[in-house]
Amino acid sequence: MKDISLHIMDIAQNSISAGAALVEIKTEVNEVADRMIVTITDNGRGMDKNILEKAADPFYTSRVTRRVGLGIPLFRHSAEQTGGSLEIISEPGIGTSVIATFIRSSVDRPPAGDIPGVISLLAGANPDRDFVYRHLAGSGEYVFDTRQVKDVLGDVPLSEPVVIRYMKEMIDETIRDMLIPEL
Amino acid sequence: MKKVKSLADLKKMKEQLQSRIALREKSEHPDGIIQVKVAMATCGIASGAKDVMDFFITNLEKRNIDAIVSQTGCMGYCYAEPTIEVRLPGQDPVVYGFVDLKKADEIIEKYIKQGELVDGIIPVNYKTID
Repeated sequence: MKDISLHIMDIAQNSISAGAALVEIKTEVNEVADRMIVTITDNGRGMDKNILEKAADPFYTSRVTRRVGLGIPLFRHSAEQTGGSLEIISEPGIGTSVIATFIRSSVDRPPAGDIPGVISLLAGANPDRDFVYRHLAGSGEYVFDTRQVKDVLGDVPLSEPVVIRYMKEMIDETIRDMLIPEL
Repeated sequence: MKKVKSLADLKKMKEQLQSRIALREKSEHPDGIIQVKVAMATCGIASGAKDVMDFFITNLEKRNIDAIVSQTGCMGYCYAEPTIEVRLPGQDPVVYGFVDLKKADEIIEKYIKQGELVDGIIPVNYKTID
């Protein structure tokens, strides 16, 4: 994976496959502690202890089309190579949280990538699910919520290509307005 | 093109969006719209599927082609990622592999616009005559 946004896109797919109705993606920049924390939380079916242990194993997958599952291992590797870590918290019937902590100043930290693009693509490609994107930096917080977008648009589906572009512009614009240093 | 910066801006665009959809529903192909599905599992994403999906969304709109672009999972062709599935109305879906931006452009211009198959179909049982 070239950047953090692509990891987010990949891990969010797991949430979608787990039947989540709501996926919350949070990026947090803490300059003082020199951390960048990415959290993906869903209300999907969750995993019990047994499956959770296996999720980190690249040769474990719930899929039948092929026998390897590299999403979580790649994300973990990416975080750990900066000196950070990856943690998964899951409860059957409640949902799953994947928390990746990156050391921000590490030369091995991948760039943030096109996070507005990823969030809008996820929202557009899965109009039956809801996504919340939250970005925290210093004292500022930005929230994008597809439920608000749906309220505004009414019967216009989020899968409309133009809507996907609009959503990207909305996130892009606000994040730039917050004048955040490179994630 | 004016940029949408907020929910308020989005609200202003709503009418325009609704009329666009209404126009499509009244068109001569009410049975179906062009569908492009981009395989977006770990293998696809790592190979650049996001850029390909961006390209289709931006360029189909720019070239005035009414289509829905969505995501699908891994189809088992990890070696050929990024892969996409294109379904033209009333036709069987066609899967293309190794789709970079150049191939994506060719697929739009030749296959989607003119219905002419191009190289890169999976399984490989089709080859254009030189």
